Amino acid sequence: MADVIRMTDKPIDPDACRRELFDPGAGAYAGFEGWIRNENDGHVVERLEYESYEPLAVSEGEKVIAEARAKFPILHAHCVHRTGMLEIGECAVWVGVSSAHRDEAFNACRFIIDQVKVRLPIWKKEHYADGNSGWVNCERCAEHAHPSAVLL
Amino acid sequence: MSKSITVRYFAIFREQAGRDEESVTLDVETAGDVFEQLRDRHKSAEPQGHCKVAINDEMADWNTAVNDGDTVLLFPPVAGG
Repeated sequence: MADVIRMTDKPIDPDACRRELFDPGAGAYAGFEGWIRNENDGHVVERLEYESYEPLAVSEGEKVIAEARAKFPILHAHCVHRTGMLEIGECAVWVGVSSAHRDEAFNACRFIIDQVKVRLPIWKKEHYADGNSGWVNCERCAEHAHPSAVLL
Repeated sequence: MSKSITVRYFAIFREQAGRDEESVTLDVETAGDVFEQLRDRHKSAEPQGHCKVAINDEMADWNTAVNDGDTVLLFPPVAGG
C-alpha cells in the first residue's frame, strides 16, 4: 500500500495516484490538483521552486490525513507534493480521497489541502520574468521583489 | 544559562544566514529566545508569529524549553500547495 503522504522531485501522475484509492466500497472520489500559474500579485511568474524538510513534511502530513480520517468517514486519502523546480502548468500538489458518498470525499479533500498549505514545512520561491525572485509569504523577500508594494 | 545547540536554517533563513546549519552557544531558555537572538544576528525581518520551529525533528512551540545539545530547526513562513 502506498504511503498516505509523499514528497517527490518527479512529475506527479494524478491518474496513477487516483488508482491507489480504488476500493470496492467507494462510491465517490474527490481530487484536487494545485498547478503552477504564470502570475502572482501582478507579477509574471516564469517558474516556481519548491523546498521541503521531508522528515517533518511527511510526519506532519500523516497527522493531517489521520485528522481527516477522524473527522470524516472516508475510505482512503493520499497526498503527493512536489519539490524542485516546476514550470508553468505543472502539478505541484495532488490530494485524493475515496469514500462511500460524495460529501465526505469533498469535505476531507478540502480539509487536507487547506491544512497541508499552512502546516507542512514546504516553501516556494517564485522566479519572475523580470529576473527577480522571492519566497512566497516572506515579508522581506516580498519587499525586495515588489518594492512598490511594501507593507501597505 | 549558556547552551550549545545546533541550528538548521531553511529557505529564506538559509539565504539570510548564508549557511544551512551552524553550531552556536547562546544564553537562552526557549525556542523563541533562539529565534530572537539569531534573527538579530542574521538581520532577518520575519515576525516570529509567522514562523515555525522544531526541536530534534519534532514540531515545537516558541515557549518549548531548549536543552544543551538540541538541534533547533527554524522554519520561515510555509507556503505549500
